Amino acid sequence: MNGWETALKGLVDTLIVFVVLANMRLLGASRLGSCIRVVALQGILLGLIPLVSQGGHLGLRVVLQAAVSTVLKGIVFPALLIRAVRESGSRRELAPIVGYTPSLLTGGGLLALALWLGGRLPLPPTATSSLLVPVALFTIMVGLFMIVARRKAITQVLGYLAMENGIFAFGLAFAEKEPFLVEMGILLDAFMAVFVMGIMVYQINREFDHIDADRLSALKD
Amino acid sequence: MVPVIPALIMLPLLAGTLAFFLRGDRVRRALLVAVPIAHAGLLARAWFARPLTALGGWLALGSLELLFLGITSVLTLAAAIYAVGYLAREKHPRPPAEDGFLFSNAPEATFTGCFLLFLGTMTLVIASQHFGLMWVAVEATTLASAPLIHFHRNSGSLEAAWKYLLICSVGIAIALLGNFFLVVASSSGSGPLTVAGLVRQASLLDPVWLKAAFLLLLVGYGTKMGLAPLHTWLPDAHSEAPSVVSALLSGALLNCAFLAILRVHAVCVAAGLGAFSGGLLVLLGLVSMGFAAAFIVGQADYKRMLAYSSVEHMGIAALGVGLGGAAGFGALLHTVNHSLTKAMLFLLSGNILAAYQDKSTTRVNGMLRVLPITGVLWVAGFFAITGTPPFGLFVSEFTILKGALDGRHWLVAVLYLVFLTVIFVGMAGVFLRMSFGEREGAGAQGRLGAPEEAGTQEGPKTRKEQTGAAMVPSKESILAWLPPLVLGMGVLVLGLWIPLPLRETINTALRALGVQ
Repeated sequence: MNGWETALKGLVDTLIVFVVLANMRLLGASRLGSCIRVVALQGILLGLIPLVSQGGHLGLRVVLQAAVSTVLKGIVFPALLIRAVRESGSRRELAPIVGYTPSLLTGGGLLALALWLGGRLPLPPTATSSLLVPVALFTIMVGLFMIVARRKAITQVLGYLAMENGIFAFGLAFAEKEPFLVEMGILLDAFMAVFVMGIMVYQINREFDHIDADRLSALKD
Repeated sequence: MVPVIPALIMLPLLAGTLAFFLRGDRVRRALLVAVPIAHAGLLARAWFARPLTALGGWLALGSLELLFLGITSVLTLAAAIYAVGYLAREKHPRPPAEDGFLFSNAPEATFTGCFLLFLGTMTLVIASQHFGLMWVAVEATTLASAPLIHFHRNSGSLEAAWKYLLICSVGIAIALLGNFFLVVASSSGSGPLTVAGLVRQASLLDPVWLKAAFLLLLVGYGTKMGLAPLHTWLPDAHSEAPSVVSALLSGALLNCAFLAILRVHAVCVAAGLGAFSGGLLVLLGLVSMGFAAAFIVGQADYKRMLAYSSVEHMGIAALGVGLGGAAGFGALLHTVNHSLTKAMLFLLSGNILAAYQDKSTTRVNGMLRVLPITGVLWVAGFFAITGTPPFGLFVSEFTILKGALDGRHWLVAVLYLVFLTVIFVGMAGVFLRMSFGEREGAGAQGRLGAPEEAGTQEGPKTRKEQTGAAMVPSKESILAWLPPLVLGMGVLVLGLWIPLPLRETINTALRALGVQ
């Protein structure tokens, strides 16, 4: 392994560490705007990893994929969500179901769990970086946690996006096996999902004058 | 020669996109019916040309696909014809049945567009042989159908659509992780991630990763299929959506998710993990039946009752496939029977809701007198859905029971019978009271307002007129009773005689899955 490759590998690890930090920031942030930006940043970081990890041989496919994913996750999604937040007039997640300090502590616990799990999984040797799989698992867990521990519909969408980021990160570890068509299809679905969810948040706000998903509880047995 | 598979998928997708931009109601409604007719025609063509493949084996139509696509196509056509009558009567804004606020509907173009997109995405799910592509298509069905659930712009449907969208999207995201696990499991082989490709190199798959992948995919697609305890979105969505949409969700969409699970199961069977995946399917099947039984007894909303019945029947289908053998045949036959019956019942529930403006099982009474045709079909539908002879569900449920007994799964057979009995008793009370009982109190029926769904011919009515209408038989539109009648006849025929082509198709499909 020459110096150039070592440097690139170091860069990948740095990007991955930033993904972890983004997760922790997401767990501790109360302003919806910050949450949106953190998830967007996380998406951009993950979009960059394939560019760096492929080293010298950048195919058109890799560049195109990274470009589409970065534009969607870094620009389109946050723009749509920030619009929804502005329409709803709620800037903060007040009184989340699980408070911020307990959320951060849970985050620490989840990180430990993800590292332990990642160490135990019998990974094939094709994996890009040994850190990627545990961090992917951690991001998925944080996303799921956000969905259940926050009240606002918009924060749940962000949790969903974080989860999607985590799954994307897991896929990165075995990038060469996923065909281009499927990759684009997944991105298209994610885009449509955010689009439809954004419209719904807007409608929830108009119908109920709030976007607290936990108060949507009229339907039950 | 028309490329049949791309045409089957692209026709509804393009027509659906077009529908968003069409102005005239008549043109749009013509499109709404014409596309499902063309879809059925193309499918008939595919039937004689099978097996077909496209896109380098990523898309294919074999027996299994044609079976599921056939159900989807027939149901969509029936629903489209019903929807023409429904949309014509939905033009007037009026107070809703439940919460007393005025609401209007989403634009009709949205309904038609999403309806056709929904058909296209379901076709894509069924035709996809590649696990990645299938995942994309399943998520797309969620996105196409969520606006349909929120067609009535009121708070209940909004809540239901939000839960549906979020729960299913998260579930399907878990399935995506399962897909990646499949990739890892197959990393020592070289083939594509298609069903046939994985089955071919099943011996090379890593069993630990494959097991984990099956679990994740079962949770993911099981959420969409409505297997308990992952079914929480289902009763809300089915009860709040327009009845014609509920019919499609229950009869066609749940099957698509079931097909996705079947394909993963086939890979597991080929890899020698059939006992593991089959066991889980049996377990979830029984849990679903148990949940359904618990919530059907004493259910106060007839559309929710039908929704829980879907949980039950998806459970039965999963159970049958898990058991394998004769039960596997029963399970595939059961999906056909269930789809026809449930679509019929949901369409009828639309007629009832339109006439009574009420979803309560206790306040709707005397239907045989108020809505004679709907009432008779409703009673027939009750016998069909609970698996009473001579209807098709009896044959398929009995075949599954026989499979359980042949395999000496005594406990499974006993629980299966207990749940079926409880559900029969629970549904009997509701259906019979709704059909026969006497009308109670004037305020119970005849709420103010125009018909909520198709069924009565008149426009907005005053309370007095509506109450009067509830006493004497109302005029029922042919668009409102013909589609459910045809579906019901189908179930009856399947109960008396299973056509040879159908039998052969199911057997070939089971051989393709390797679960015979």
